[in-house]
Amino acid sequence: MKRLVGASVPLLAALVAFLFGAIMILALGENPLSGLAAMFDGAFGTGDRIAATAVRAVPLLLVGAGITIAFRANVINIGGEGQIIAGALLSTVVALTIPDTPKIILLPLVILGGLIGGAIWGAIPGVLKAYASVNEILSTIMLNIVAVQLMNYLLRGPMIDPIEVDGSRIPQTERLTDNAALPTLIEGTRLHLGVPIAILAAIIVYIILWRTPLGFRLRAVGHNPDAARAAGISVERNIVKALAMSGALSGLAGVTLVFGSESLRMVTDGGSAGFTGSAGFNGIVAALFGALHPLWTIPSSFLFGALLTGATELQRELQIPNALAISLNGLIVLFVVSSDKVREWLARRLDSSTGQPINEPPSADSPPDQVATTSSGNDPETVA
Amino acid sequence: MSAPVLQMHNITKTFPGVLANDDVSFDVHAGEVHTLLGENGAGKSTLMKILFGLYQPDSGQILLRGQQANITSPTDAIEKRVGMVHQHFMLVPTLTVAENVALGLPSSRGLRTDLDAVSERIASISEQYGLSVDPGVEIWKLSVGERQRVEIIKALYRDAELLVLDEPTAVLTPQEVDDLFVILRQMTAADTAIIFISHKLHEVMELSDRITVLRNGRVTGHTTPAETSRQQLADLMVGREVKLAPDKPPVDLGLVRLKLRGVTVKGDRGTIAVDNVDLDVHAGEILGVAGVSGNGQRELAETIAGLRPAEAGSVQLDDTDLSKANPAQSRAAGLSYVPEERMKDGAVGEFDVSENLLLINHGEKRFLRNGLFNFDAIKSHCQQLVDDFAVKTPSLSTPTSSLSGGNIQKVIMARELESSPAVLVAAQPTRGVDIGAAEYIHSQLVKQRSDGVAIVMISEDLDEVLGLADRIAVMFEGRIVKIVDRENATKDQLGLAMAGAG
Repeated sequence: MKRLVGASVPLLAALVAFLFGAIMILALGENPLSGLAAMFDGAFGTGDRIAATAVRAVPLLLVGAGITIAFRANVINIGGEGQIIAGALLSTVVALTIPDTPKIILLPLVILGGLIGGAIWGAIPGVLKAYASVNEILSTIMLNIVAVQLMNYLLRGPMIDPIEVDGSRIPQTERLTDNAALPTLIEGTRLHLGVPIAILAAIIVYIILWRTPLGFRLRAVGHNPDAARAAGISVERNIVKALAMSGALSGLAGVTLVFGSESLRMVTDGGSAGFTGSAGFNGIVAALFGALHPLWTIPSSFLFGALLTGATELQRELQIPNALAISLNGLIVLFVVSSDKVREWLARRLDSSTGQPINEPPSADSPPDQVATTSSGNDPETVA
Repeated sequence: MSAPVLQMHNITKTFPGVLANDDVSFDVHAGEVHTLLGENGAGKSTLMKILFGLYQPDSGQILLRGQQANITSPTDAIEKRVGMVHQHFMLVPTLTVAENVALGLPSSRGLRTDLDAVSERIASISEQYGLSVDPGVEIWKLSVGERQRVEIIKALYRDAELLVLDEPTAVLTPQEVDDLFVILRQMTAADTAIIFISHKLHEVMELSDRITVLRNGRVTGHTTPAETSRQQLADLMVGREVKLAPDKPPVDLGLVRLKLRGVTVKGDRGTIAVDNVDLDVHAGEILGVAGVSGNGQRELAETIAGLRPAEAGSVQLDDTDLSKANPAQSRAAGLSYVPEERMKDGAVGEFDVSENLLLINHGEKRFLRNGLFNFDAIKSHCQQLVDDFAVKTPSLSTPTSSLSGGNIQKVIMARELESSPAVLVAAQPTRGVDIGAAEYIHSQLVKQRSDGVAIVMISEDLDEVLGLADRIAVMFEGRIVKIVDRENATKDQLGLAMAGAG
């Protein structure tokens, strides 16, 4: 019963958020139902739109899967934006350096470049946290800014499209070689190889976390660094690994943004969102909505992808600014995060209604059935 | 004889799947110490929570001074002159004794505090019972024993006629325990009734006027110290015959396996915690390290385990120098470590039983197939350990934090001994553990000794040290102040050395 409540709460939160969205559409003088219909149509109306939704979900899923790794090791990675940019930059450098390499070799190298770029950008705050106790929330945010300025410098200078040097000096690279483009899976749609790669990446994250010694150590460090250290697990090394892996996945998201785009080049408008579409932040949202579990982050990312593509249609049909989608996004986060409290409260209510004592360390955190089964060694006997 | 201060009649309380109290009756008269003795989970705490109005009993009744009492909350209990000294103190460290006592009391000066009057009364209570507490001093400046006396004053200030003490000696040094017992006797002489909750048998025998033993929610015996023995009490608590001191077969002393020379270690606050310690521990020997908590034992254990770097000196295990080793290197050299704080350093509470059993050796080939965990191999390995070490757990996938302290300790012991170590450092191996589990843990230590393991057992419990150790080292202020063979050791002499007077 309690588990059912736990699972339904995020969905409930999404529902409430959509209700608020409907009220906002109403306030703008439009029919909420036709608004929602337009959004749904925009996200799933045609095969092409479904493909667009999937493509929008790809960076969210990659960043989100990375967030789940960091979270399990109890580090908070707000540096998705910077890691996306670092991955995109390094993979672009690869494509610019050896453009004539055959696709079968170049594409893996480009992907590897993205993974390494993101991993480096994640490992820096990891090292700072592990060996100098620098708070990773601050350092990852700071590195976002550093990455943006690095991108601006490189795209305005060393990596600028030669045509633009004497032209309008738009900060962008030249069109990259087709040998590095992510292949389209269904002709006539934008569905590219990034979609299966992202889903596979999330599954691999799940396997690493729960099926390998590496993931075991990450989780041990995340839950109890003291016990992990005493058992011979290096807390420092695993913090660095967690942030590096998390960054690598964001870097891969950067690859999909450049090499899955139709323009096939890296462009900056001076900020980070212009290139990333805020995927570095929205990926965190997707991971949160997916209960910080890599597999649940898959449907969650697709939901947010649908929200983003749906908003475009909403704007086109009803002239409702797509800022609405962004506020919906925020509302969902708000409700999901606060629903943790609701969930706790509900759980406690269920506990007390079944007569399960409260204030009991062993039972307050674990479902009642567990307490009952451990009865002989561990009954309500702690505080008095 | 007047009516007892408290009578609890036929109290029954059930929780889903647990019969916490089953028809429990007992009473306390003015001027006596009535001990509730039982293992964790025996129902002592539930009974006291009913007395304090935190739970309502399913059936049964409570009589205070012969009158039927319906206690609805702790506040109500205090108004009915029932006081409680918790195991974990409820004091504000930055406030003075008088301010802590005054917290929650109405003041005669309205909104302003009335500390002079409070201080005056504390001083008179303090004098009456020999508590020697200065009302003007801040709590953080007081020792643990003094803080406990402040808790007692809080109860007495509120005119408690019945005082419940929940495992009051768990946090005290032997000397402080003696002091506490003197205070408690003065209180009973002044007609206060005391309920003493404990599982330390020698203290129970020393202090109690009457004893009620609980097991699995039921009363298994009402007795007095004159009519019973420690052995009989232990048997009543556990429900079978218990070996209080394990049989130790003779073992030939082997070579020195752990050698410490001039080991000096800094504590958390940067002061010297371990001061120039030399130790040799032989194969087949249990070296007991006695001492009052906080005299460098924890830091010494952590240094041997590679968790805390030594400032000076050397740690050598067989031929390996571990002076600069990290925990992984120490373990690779053959060291196993059972930490003092099992939930902080010993086990990952959120991990399930099998994950905690694998905390050290999860990377070994036998648990992997193609780089991924082989859950069949893991399951059979862990099931074997759970069976071998008699861990009571519903399943291997039960979160470890929901097990009892004794069972968590067994999980840690199973994991640490599985690797057949050369040296075992066990810090407070049975602290807060049931008698039954402690008996089992002791038997495992003796078995390891027979197998030729060099064991360092750190314990504050002198009975445990005397029962198990072959040699006893006493630590005081970071130094080994005394080291004697078990045959030549007496409790008094060790107690004096622990206090720095040996």
